[in-house]
Amino acid sequence: MSATTPLRNPSPATAAAKRGTTLEQKHARYGWVFLAPFAIVFLVFLVLPLAYAFWMSLHTNTLAAGEQFAGLANYVTAFNDQRFLSGMGRVAAFAVVFVPLQIGLALIFALILDDVRSRLSRFSRLLIFAPYAIPGVIGALMWGFLYSPSFGPLVTFFEFLQMQAPDMLSRDSIFWSLTNIVTWQWTGYYMIIIYASLQSIDPSIYEAARIDGASKLQTALQVKVPIVASSLVLVVVFSLIGTLQFFTEPQVLAPLAGNAIDAAYTPNLYAYNLAFSYQQFNYASAISFALGLLVFLASIIFLIATRKQSGLR
Amino acid sequence: MTTSPLLNDDAPTTAGQRKKRGTGKPRKDKAVGLHILLAIASLYFLLPMWWLFVAGTKSTQGLFTGTGGPLWFDQNFALFDNIGQLMTYNNGIYLKWLGNSFLYATAGGIGATLLAVLAGYAFAKYRFRGRTVSFMILLASVMVPATALVIPTYVLFNNLGLTNTIWAVILPSLLSPFGVYLMRVYVQDAIPDELLDAARVDGSGEFRTFLTIALPLMRPAVVTVMLLSVVGGWNNYFLPLAMISDPTLLPVTVGLNAWQVQSNSATASSLVWHLVTSGALVSVIPLIIAFLMLQKYWQGGLSLGSLK
Repeated sequence: MSATTPLRNPSPATAAAKRGTTLEQKHARYGWVFLAPFAIVFLVFLVLPLAYAFWMSLHTNTLAAGEQFAGLANYVTAFNDQRFLSGMGRVAAFAVVFVPLQIGLALIFALILDDVRSRLSRFSRLLIFAPYAIPGVIGALMWGFLYSPSFGPLVTFFEFLQMQAPDMLSRDSIFWSLTNIVTWQWTGYYMIIIYASLQSIDPSIYEAARIDGASKLQTALQVKVPIVASSLVLVVVFSLIGTLQFFTEPQVLAPLAGNAIDAAYTPNLYAYNLAFSYQQFNYASAISFALGLLVFLASIIFLIATRKQSGLR
Repeated sequence: MTTSPLLNDDAPTTAGQRKKRGTGKPRKDKAVGLHILLAIASLYFLLPMWWLFVAGTKSTQGLFTGTGGPLWFDQNFALFDNIGQLMTYNNGIYLKWLGNSFLYATAGGIGATLLAVLAGYAFAKYRFRGRTVSFMILLASVMVPATALVIPTYVLFNNLGLTNTIWAVILPSLLSPFGVYLMRVYVQDAIPDELLDAARVDGSGEFRTFLTIALPLMRPAVVTVMLLSVVGGWNNYFLPLAMISDPTLLPVTVGLNAWQVQSNSATASSLVWHLVTSGALVSVIPLIIAFLMLQKYWQGGLSLGSLK
């Protein structure tokens, strides 16, 4: 008995495993059947446009000569184009400001809301998130009105203080005016993602931390934040991608802000204006493609740098 | 699960446990400070929305020289007058814009969700050849900025004569790599392989297994992905701005901005500031209502996105 059981035991298991693999093999090809519709859309609306943008960026198109192969000439032009470079510098500066500001505030609000349970905190959660439901264009329009010297409350407010109201749409302040709009628009969305992952933590961990004598703040920083690190990585990547392709808010504010926002304020705005105001589709493609590549590389580098926190290998 | 729905503002599984957490005395003082902080934050996030609500009720005259200032109502309450004008200005083009936004958001969003459901299920539950490579390509594509695709897609569509049609906005919106990723993460955990194998042993075909067994279990993720895609479609600006020049095909976002540009550079006769504000107010109401009603889904569903 004792000699036969170990021999006999494995056999049903291997049979099951075998049946599993044959079943799997038989059905594996259905994977492609289910994947096919998405794969087609992926090829047609992502791979093809990217390849075509790259192809266009390697050509020039003039009335005299038509479409001609130009090698990397468009890229050489771009990286010597002061307007493109200053736009790139500007979105890099925006990224340095936006990402920590949005994610920092989102994390603070999420930690507070996770800790404080009251009617006010529930209401705040909804209010902080609400701007996400408002289209970026309308958010920018609203803030444009609020900044405006003729409609906005700022003038009234500063008149009350007997002070000169700052011009929020001037060249000096537009950077911070845009920062404010984007922070208002996106903080709530990031907060909800972090909050949701805080809510999924098993509360018995806090009990353990409390017994160890950890204060509320220590628990938040040393227990909660490391657990939600993977969500933080995710929202940082979202925020980074969104910032580097900054377009809507400056585009909407440009007519109000006069000379503070020019046609090349961000690389995306520049590409749009080159393409649709000047019909320079080839050069615009080079700029789009260069920007896309930089965004892609920046995200990948960030993900590799944080792979320990995100659990991504 | 059994907590009263009145208390249940959180995910059902955690609400019950959370209430047990101790409340000592020192906590109360701190909570006052935190509440003040929350109140200030709420005011900040509320301010522009309150302004929009007030501004939507004003005439253009009232917007400039309203008796109550920018943050209070004018003595001339023009909301219904504004709505009336919205319906009729330019042959009621505003209603067309709303309809277009609705069409682009729902057609694009539902289509993208459908594709994401199928693809996510494939990645999670089939070990087909090339799965690992395909999934890595998918993950990488999440990092590709959507706006980099707009210009080349525009040129391609232009060659096909598709610009200035509804398809120019709907078709590119079907692409949602992040939706596929969310679906895969969810299906991986929520649907055990054994369940599908059991169905197969019982002689259920692959499509029937998917429709009758897997799909019902995927509902929370389906709602989340659909909500995100529909909102993304409703908020989309760059794509329709590039693709559409026919005013009757614009979505409400691009249309309202066109009114703003018109008012900004216009003579008195074509000043439509009051239509910009009331039009913006009317257009955000459906989304706010949808979010309030679907609270349960987006609050739980968004955590799906965490990398695993």
